[in-house]
Amino acid sequence: MLCDVCKCNDATVFLTQILEGKMQKVNLCDACSKEKGVQDPTGFALADLLLGIGAAEEIEKGAPTQKCVVCGFTQADFKKSGRLGCSACYVTFAEGLGSLLKAMHKGTEHVGKLPQRAHREIELSDRMRSLTENLQKAVAEENYETAASLRDQIKQLEMELAS
Amino acid sequence: MKFSNIMASGGEWLRGEGPHHQIVVSSRVRLARNLRQHPFPGWAKRAARSQILELIKPRVEELPEMQDSFSELLQDLSALEKQVLVERHLISREHAAKSVGSAVVMNRRQTLSIMVNEEDHLRMQSIRSGLQLKGAFKLVDKVDSTLEGKLDFAYDPKLGYLTACPTNVGTGMRASAMLHLPGLVLSEMINQVIQAVNKIGLAVRGLYGEGTEAMGNLFQISNQTTLGEKEDEIIGRLSKVIETIIEKEHDARQVLMQKKSNTLWDQIGRAYGVLTFAHAMTSKEALNLLSIIKLGVDLGAFPEDRRLPIDELFIDTQPAHLQKSSQQKLNAEERDELRAQIIRDRLRVFPKPDISKVARESENNVTSEPPKNE
Repeated sequence: MLCDVCKCNDATVFLTQILEGKMQKVNLCDACSKEKGVQDPTGFALADLLLGIGAAEEIEKGAPTQKCVVCGFTQADFKKSGRLGCSACYVTFAEGLGSLLKAMHKGTEHVGKLPQRAHREIELSDRMRSLTENLQKAVAEENYETAASLRDQIKQLEMELAS
Repeated sequence: MKFSNIMASGGEWLRGEGPHHQIVVSSRVRLARNLRQHPFPGWAKRAARSQILELIKPRVEELPEMQDSFSELLQDLSALEKQVLVERHLISREHAAKSVGSAVVMNRRQTLSIMVNEEDHLRMQSIRSGLQLKGAFKLVDKVDSTLEGKLDFAYDPKLGYLTACPTNVGTGMRASAMLHLPGLVLSEMINQVIQAVNKIGLAVRGLYGEGTEAMGNLFQISNQTTLGEKEDEIIGRLSKVIETIIEKEHDARQVLMQKKSNTLWDQIGRAYGVLTFAHAMTSKEALNLLSIIKLGVDLGAFPEDRRLPIDELFIDTQPAHLQKSSQQKLNAEERDELRAQIIRDRLRVFPKPDISKVARESENNVTSEPPKNE
């Protein structure tokens, strides 16, 4: 059986931890177990190992006392389970999650499929940005006629966005 | 559709007619989706979970792909039935541990299975025979597009689809293929291959996914990352790697036949002997020996029409399938006896391995399948 961390060497250290009634197993090779300081199995959370070392700390750094306003999830809960509470947690814990995601994935921004609805929202917010920029420009140039028309367009777009 | 219908028919992927089916047992693609404003299943209270289930299940059942589907609440399935579904890869081991507030819906052909309230609100999976990752993705992508019109999926323009575990965020997609690699195992090259695959950001796992042992020379290869790459890029990269492994497996078999034909022949003969005459057999031993017989079919030592019975034994000798078909709960010892008996019965009509055919085919080099495109 290979080491779960380096996936190169044979595992020689086998850890089993019961967290909230759920059994989790981690297999490590000699080198990795020493590197991760796994001498005392009670001293660390398996979530750290499974999600990359320091995952829980990263989250903690970003939001030391924060609690998700939507679901009440805290960073301590993440430390325990390695899972988030709801989709809004991605906003609540954005800062800590940023570096975690960077370490975990190929990139930091999604480039694949999004729901149709998302495309419309992105399109509208892009249009909003360009209208606002044009408005500022028109005002600076004292081109009040254009500015008035742009302001009307922005108002209409705001209504569309709200719907 | 009833559970007995599922037991009765093996599922389309099991019949093994897809491209490269000798080596690629199956291809699977799953998408994870969640509803906005609702806690993820692992954090949701029981009432909230049931409410989410009520929102999702009817929408899934009315999908055109789910006509005449099998739809069941997890609390209405016995432990044994859940285990049968796990052995067929229709639900995950994690999902089998769920009860109130979770459900599974699958189509009759067993090519599409949707878990409600697993780790995420929705886990949609398509499973196909052979190397058909693109085909599997197409089906599950279509289902996703239909459902997004009826359900408010959680997403972020920057992070993509939001999932309970940050490892799935972005596409929420895990694509995987189950490979049968006895040649690479017998020639002791498998660790090299696993290391190389791991280095390029893909995961290699055992038969039942994360944390499971590799048995029967079966390995699952899947993408590890979900953010920063498009779905078709991930699938393209994975398919390419799998095609390379298929080539390596064919090469390893060629070398074994040319340089170690006696060892190979010995392995096939022993596997045949033990399977035909044993009276007690663990599922691990059965898988490992059946794998060698399957290799024997690939190499021409057994007639091609014996392929399906062997492939079926891979599933039918699994612990839950044994107990479900015998309609009683059995202890480990009784299972081992019954398993050996079933194998003996099915192999009774099996011809002895024919070494002359192996040698001939080796000369003609016909074991390599012509490359097929998806």
